[in-house]
Amino acid sequence: MASIILFAPLVGALICGFGWRIIGEKPAMWVATGLLFLAAALSWIVFLGHDGQMTQIPILRFIESGSLSVDWAIRLDRMTAIMLIVVTTVSSLVHLYSFGYMAHDPQWGEGETYKPRFFAYLSFFTFAMLALVTSDNLVQMFFGWEGVGVASYLLIGFYWKKPSANAAAMKAFIVNRVGDFGFALGIMALYLLTDSVLFDDVFAAAPELAETRLSFLWTDWNAANLIGFLLFIGAMGKSAQLILHTWLPDAMEGPTPVSALIHAATMVTAGVFLVCRMSPLYEYAPEAAGFIVFLGATTAFFAASVGLVQNDIKRVIAYSTCSQLGYMFVAAGVGVYSAAMFHLLTHAFFKAMLFLGAGSVIHAMHHEQDMRNYGGLRGKIPYTFAAMMVGTLAITGVGIPLTSIGFAGFLSKDAIIESAFAGGTAYAFWLLVVAAGMTSFYSWRLIFLTFFGKPRGDRHTHDHAHESPMVMLIPLGVLGLGAVFAGMVWYGSFFGDHAQVNKFFGIPSHEVAADAGHGAAAPAAEGHAAPAAEDHGAVATAPVGAIFMGPDNHVMDDAHHAPAWVKVSPFIAMLIGLAVAYLFYIVNPALPKRLAESQPILHRFLLNKWYFDEIYDAIFVNPAKRLGSFLWRRGDGDVIDGSINGVAMGIIPFFTRLAGRAQSGYLFHYAFAMVLGIVLLITWMTISGGAE
Amino acid sequence: MISADISTVLPEIVLAVYAMLALIFAVYTGKDKTAGLVVWASAGALLAAAFWIGFSGTDTRTAFNGAFVNDSFARFAKVVILLSAAAVLVMGKDYMARRDLLRFEYPVLVVLSVVGMMMMVSAGDLMSLYMGLELQSLALYVVASLRRDSVKSTEAGLKYFVLGALSSGMLLYGASLTYGYAGTTLFSGIIAAAGTEGLSLGLLFGLVFMITGLAFKVSAVPFHMWTPDVYEGSPTPVTAFFATAPKMAAMGLFARVMHDAFGGATQDWGQVIALLAVLSMFLGAVAAIGQRNIKRLMAYSSITHMGFALMALAAGTAGGVQAMLIYMAIYVTMNVGTFAFILSMEKDGQPVTDIGALNMYSRAEPLKALAVLVLMFSLAGVPPLVGFFGKFYALKAAVDADMAWLAIAGVVASVISAFYYLRIVFYMYFGEDRDGALDGTMSPVLWGLLMASAAIMLVGVINLFGVEGLAAVAAQTLVN
Repeated sequence: MASIILFAPLVGALICGFGWRIIGEKPAMWVATGLLFLAAALSWIVFLGHDGQMTQIPILRFIESGSLSVDWAIRLDRMTAIMLIVVTTVSSLVHLYSFGYMAHDPQWGEGETYKPRFFAYLSFFTFAMLALVTSDNLVQMFFGWEGVGVASYLLIGFYWKKPSANAAAMKAFIVNRVGDFGFALGIMALYLLTDSVLFDDVFAAAPELAETRLSFLWTDWNAANLIGFLLFIGAMGKSAQLILHTWLPDAMEGPTPVSALIHAATMVTAGVFLVCRMSPLYEYAPEAAGFIVFLGATTAFFAASVGLVQNDIKRVIAYSTCSQLGYMFVAAGVGVYSAAMFHLLTHAFFKAMLFLGAGSVIHAMHHEQDMRNYGGLRGKIPYTFAAMMVGTLAITGVGIPLTSIGFAGFLSKDAIIESAFAGGTAYAFWLLVVAAGMTSFYSWRLIFLTFFGKPRGDRHTHDHAHESPMVMLIPLGVLGLGAVFAGMVWYGSFFGDHAQVNKFFGIPSHEVAADAGHGAAAPAAEGHAAPAAEDHGAVATAPVGAIFMGPDNHVMDDAHHAPAWVKVSPFIAMLIGLAVAYLFYIVNPALPKRLAESQPILHRFLLNKWYFDEIYDAIFVNPAKRLGSFLWRRGDGDVIDGSINGVAMGIIPFFTRLAGRAQSGYLFHYAFAMVLGIVLLITWMTISGGAE
Repeated sequence: MISADISTVLPEIVLAVYAMLALIFAVYTGKDKTAGLVVWASAGALLAAAFWIGFSGTDTRTAFNGAFVNDSFARFAKVVILLSAAAVLVMGKDYMARRDLLRFEYPVLVVLSVVGMMMMVSAGDLMSLYMGLELQSLALYVVASLRRDSVKSTEAGLKYFVLGALSSGMLLYGASLTYGYAGTTLFSGIIAAAGTEGLSLGLLFGLVFMITGLAFKVSAVPFHMWTPDVYEGSPTPVTAFFATAPKMAAMGLFARVMHDAFGGATQDWGQVIALLAVLSMFLGAVAAIGQRNIKRLMAYSSITHMGFALMALAAGTAGGVQAMLIYMAIYVTMNVGTFAFILSMEKDGQPVTDIGALNMYSRAEPLKALAVLVLMFSLAGVPPLVGFFGKFYALKAAVDADMAWLAIAGVVASVISAFYYLRIVFYMYFGEDRDGALDGTMSPVLWGLLMASAAIMLVGVINLFGVEGLAAVAAQTLVN
């Protein structure tokens, strides 16, 4: 079944991409979409029927070279199952949604075919993403990692007639290269030290790695920390964390369904998935984990602050995504991987919904994306409004404090904030709380600017605003269900007590190994996953279970016992954000402008995204361009072309003329040449000492 | 003993007798009216001899006290010579007939020169060597000037004769020196006298002079000057003949003399031949670029190709000889196809030799253009065509013999030479569309040979038709 899930999108992509000329445009799109829905249905069967035990499904031999032996295999455990439903559900809904959204794209004229290409890319992306999440080893994961990168590049640049889309696609690809370089280095370091890239072997060797020193860049490092750090660089690139985040806002140049699928729900969460998947390693890499917490919290704060002042509806949501990914990393960094996965799951639903809702607004407004030109759309597009409201309630975390009743984001985000308090630093905790307030502000600002107030901007566009077709509204409805209920349904499984979480993730509940201190003392309360020394004899074995929490990791329990003010703080932050947004955009719409004028430096600082792009342009982009230009003009143009042209067009023709002149036609010249030849040969042979 | 000797040289004797009988027959019957018949009969005789020799066993036999050697090496070379000579004879018949050149002496002379070539590759003695060489050369001098009313043709014949005489003189001088210092004309005696500790000065001089004579026959630089003029001046069928069988014979003789008579001094002659190879490859490649006459172009092309064959020979190993044999077999096949095409290049019934006439040929004759394209790519050594493998073996032989510099030079030269082969393809496919395209007619014989040659270049990739193994056996008998 897992193989069908994995390969159905690939088949769909091939049929749709290459076969549409034969079977026609519409059938090709339906084939791709149908196969995706099949995969989604099977994924849900797998997820709901999964008992938490890991199974491996080998598919083919992948690489066999020396001691490097890699299978193409599916590692089916709870982590994979979660990602399967996230990826296939969002992807299938986005396929369906695209029927409506891409129907009449103004980028293309009459008679130009672009839809099958779009669907093929989407399906190909889904395949690559599934290959990433189902992988059994790091090499296969890297394949998927790069595959989603390619698909993302193709889809961001889908409007290839727009120069800005091409630039954004290149930016996404190049920035991701930086991260991928770190990821690749991490894989190589792991292979160097453990002689394997299989997850099982690597996990088993993790405790040993924590004791190993590795020399890298003229410095002596702790191997586990170094590897954890390198892998996290890869995750930073893919998940748009600070320093490597600049590509994500620009990626909004792609069609909106792409933003929903790739740049909100799935691909960008690959980094979080990687960290959670490598949890057995990060449990032994405290410095690396600490760095993740720091960077995640900073990103959450930074992105939320930038989101406050953006005017493009998609960019607001993009920064929101960036910020929410920071939350997930904080959870993973403090060691509550289940909370990170929980937020990943709920975020996929409500963020995809926000994006698709934004797409619906954009569709209604004839591809106008500036929120300053919206306003009062509540009545014109009521279903979209309802969907966006649900999404906003979910992302801002509306629920009843101190209970587990609320929208999806309420449960998962609060879980993270509690974990940050319990396991992280005060820095992370407070930054996340402030970010929660800002999240609330920019989310409500989006709603108020778009749906409330008076219509602004082009009157003609407003007059023609219309509700989107059914194919676009159905996905919104389905995702809405997830945004409302996903948190409540799975709260226990992801962030309940230990027994529940362990059962869900297939972690053995009782100590088996000789970890006497904890195992004997509190077996029931602290059911840690510990190495189950069954096979391989004395060799260390991989921990059982989809995620691993070390014996000393009590963060989740501590989080449950956090003081009440901690648990309520995000809710209060949310209320403050809502109140300020209400004040700014409903009560007194002139206030924001005045505030911006009174604080010009801060406003410009935020509007220009903390000047990251400008700094990068100055430090990296422009010098690289100058170097490239130099190498092109001087190196390639003058040296290489010049020398080749010189030889081909100067020297050889010269010799050709010389040879032509030597061929004079006079017999005595010819005879002379022969005699000269023999004289030279004889002389040479005599001198060179051929003779005795 | 004499009957055993006779049986060993029987194919040569039969061919020689055939040539004389054909001469008498033609003189006493219809003279030139019988020429067509004689051409077909001669081609048949050559073909029959090829099969006879090809299937006559694998043993090594000597005759006349070692003056004549019939071994696998000789048989390999003879089969190539006979087949190519037969093909070229048939190919040229129409061309000659239409230009009133079809004299009955032509096929007879070709057969006689082939007998000389067979003698050359079987030579085991300086005297049989010279006998074969002169028999071949005298016949060739005559056919070169076959078109007596053309200044160019007579000039070609005369130049070839005078320079050939000069080279024969050098060869003879070298042979006499060798005899003087070795005390015998038998190759087996010479190799014994030379020993393995380097040659005496006299033998070295003899060796160099003999190399000079042989280099003239394979048109290696700087003894190549006759080649472009003779190729251009001779009637095209004769040019085709020059470009094929005699080259094989001369290379065969070259290898035979070097290994059988001077096998102990591979270092000495290896470097001389390597020098000749480099010069030939580069001069052939560079000078051909300036040529617009396709016959002159093919002359320089053959100089480059001989450079490659010499490079293989310069290795001085069995692998080198094997590579040389493979290279020559491929080269001859490619040239038969190419000249079949050149023979068909006509405009309004007149032969055309300017490559500019090939402009946009692909539009008029797509199939033939494709065949020529394959042949040109193969001549240039573009993988995966057979011509590439010929070059590959030659380069490999050089590298294996620690002559990497030679192989590098060969690759550079072949890159340069690719230019003029590709230019022909360029004209055919992308050239300017000018009026006055070539005539579309092509006799079935020419068409068949062109297509067969091109097809071999494509299909032969699979296993080179087993030539590799045969050449290995042949090389083994020569070098031991």
